[in-house]
Amino acid sequence: MSENYTIPIGPLHPALHEPITLKLEVSGEEIVGVDIFCSQVHRGIEWIGMNRNNAIQSIYLAERVCGICNISHPFCMVDAVEKVTNIEVPERAQYIRTIIAELERIHSHLLWAGVAAHEIGFDTVFHYTWALRESVMDLVEYLTGNRVTKAIFMIGGVRRDISEEGAKKIKEGMRFYLENFHKIEEIYLHDPTIRMRTRDVGILTKKDALKLCAVGPVARASGVPKDVRQDYPYAAYADYGLKAITPDMYNGEVHGDVFDRIIVRLLEVKQSVDIINWALDNMPSGSILAEKNLVKLKIMLKKAEGEGVGRVEAPRGEDIHYVRLKAGEEPFLSWKIRAPTYNNVLPWIPMLLGGQIADVPIVAASTDPCMSCLNRVTVVDTNKKKEFEITKEYMHEQSIKKTRRLMRNGQ
Amino acid sequence: MMMHEVWKLLFKKPFTNKFPAKYAPKNVHSYLRRVKSGKVKLVPPIPPPPNFRGKIQYDIDSCVGCGLCAQVCPSKAIEIVRDKKWIIMHCKEGATLAAPLKIKIYVSRCVFCAQCVDVCPRKCLHMSDEFLLANEDKLSRDLIIPGP
Ligand code: SF4
Ligand code: SF4
Repeated sequence: MSENYTIPIGPLHPALHEPITLKLEVSGEEIVGVDIFCSQVHRGIEWIGMNRNNAIQSIYLAERVCGICNISHPFCMVDAVEKVTNIEVPERAQYIRTIIAELERIHSHLLWAGVAAHEIGFDTVFHYTWALRESVMDLVEYLTGNRVTKAIFMIGGVRRDISEEGAKKIKEGMRFYLENFHKIEEIYLHDPTIRMRTRDVGILTKKDALKLCAVGPVARASGVPKDVRQDYPYAAYADYGLKAITPDMYNGEVHGDVFDRIIVRLLEVKQSVDIINWALDNMPSGSILAEKNLVKLKIMLKKAEGEGVGRVEAPRGEDIHYVRLKAGEEPFLSWKIRAPTYNNVLPWIPMLLGGQIADVPIVAASTDPCMSCLNRVTVVDTNKKKEFEITKEYMHEQSIKKTRRLMRNGQ
Repeated sequence: MMMHEVWKLLFKKPFTNKFPAKYAPKNVHSYLRRVKSGKVKLVPPIPPPPNFRGKIQYDIDSCVGCGLCAQVCPSKAIEIVRDKKWIIMHCKEGATLAAPLKIKIYVSRCVFCAQCVDVCPRKCLHMSDEFLLANEDKLSRDLIIPGP
């Protein structure tokens, strides 16, 4: 008798920024089939940008595409618009953009590391990592005036300068991270339990990563050295000469599993610290905006015609904004956003196949999507036509149980 | 390693600032009344950083009603209205009595981007430090600038 269950996960939860449905076919504990349904919600962000807002208003709308990558999206959008209008961004603004983008990467990767620890039941590590993350949040608040929605981008530059004192504060913050990096490294990369839960779990081979167009840390962890900052440098990255991080830089081997994704992200935190320090030391002086008069800028944008593509390496991978402007019209003629998680969702299929239900949280979290989609799961027993619900708590409990089991057996 | 950290944390002062009180009061309104009468003391919040973007402030007298702020506001929080005060306006046909254009800001819609502050030619808008803005009534007196 076939004992296969189908478990749909998702699609909706109020806290989701990427609502998605997962259908898992399980035989006992093992996952034997995975199906993914995207496009579960439509927020109309692109529509508003094309119908209601002018380009300046759309910067703040782009910021709200994602709560965590809210530098990458406006960055990408203004980049695209600057390409249409041929606005030359002053060098100092380029460096400030780089610094803010890297601060965002540090905060996003630490947030992710905490979530990953939480998913496998290590809440102490979760709190510890997030406590470390507070420091970068304070820096962001100090530099931009707000913790989350930074509102620092403007077409043709940035809206706030980094003062002498600000630079000193950032340097101090970066020293703090360098001092504490070995602790994070110790916790995540040398802890036997984390290794047991993540080594050879959720494997994405290099071939699959290339075939499914994975981006960002997910692709890099599978040994694909791709990074927009390296391949098509923007802002100040060309001066820095960045090199994409793959796990073999750390221990000489590529598994493409969850553990490798942890390695890549933690090394990237270190790399970001390095970039920020470098950018502060080499920051040119000068103006931070190409066109200070916003009214003139608005008229210029109204006259502009053409199309532009912005590409930015967000913490989760490559982000793309496509923008088309028509002369005489203030809203975009078309605006298309491709967020990185879109590419990183399909790789879930090879990652989850052959795994266990207890691994779903950590494997899905390892690509760094929004995890609230696991909040409600309905299990359909196809043989008995019976439905019952698995809540996020149940899944989480299963995950913790597995960690405990492994800890017991490992000792 | 982790155990060591946990031990250290056990003896440290908690990182969290217990604003506004050490334990959440059962009834916020009665708590606030007691604060007002001086019976209990509020735990102060962590001061916001310089250049923090809080509740917007508007100097109605220097506003010329150009409407630029409403044009760039991403959340359409600014409405252009006629002033309640009538003034004598001098135009080609001679002096007439008219109400000049002013703005009205709905703070409940504001996303605190400060774009209007940047664009205003008369510098009559600026962001304050005030951040305690939660209210059940989105059109309450405190959340409309200038007041009704
Ligand atoms: S931009 Fe300034 S002067 Fe013009 S309407 Fe707004 S507040 Fe008044
Ligand atoms: S701060 Fe931004 S959202 Fe608020 S009123 Fe000004 S432009 Fe509008």
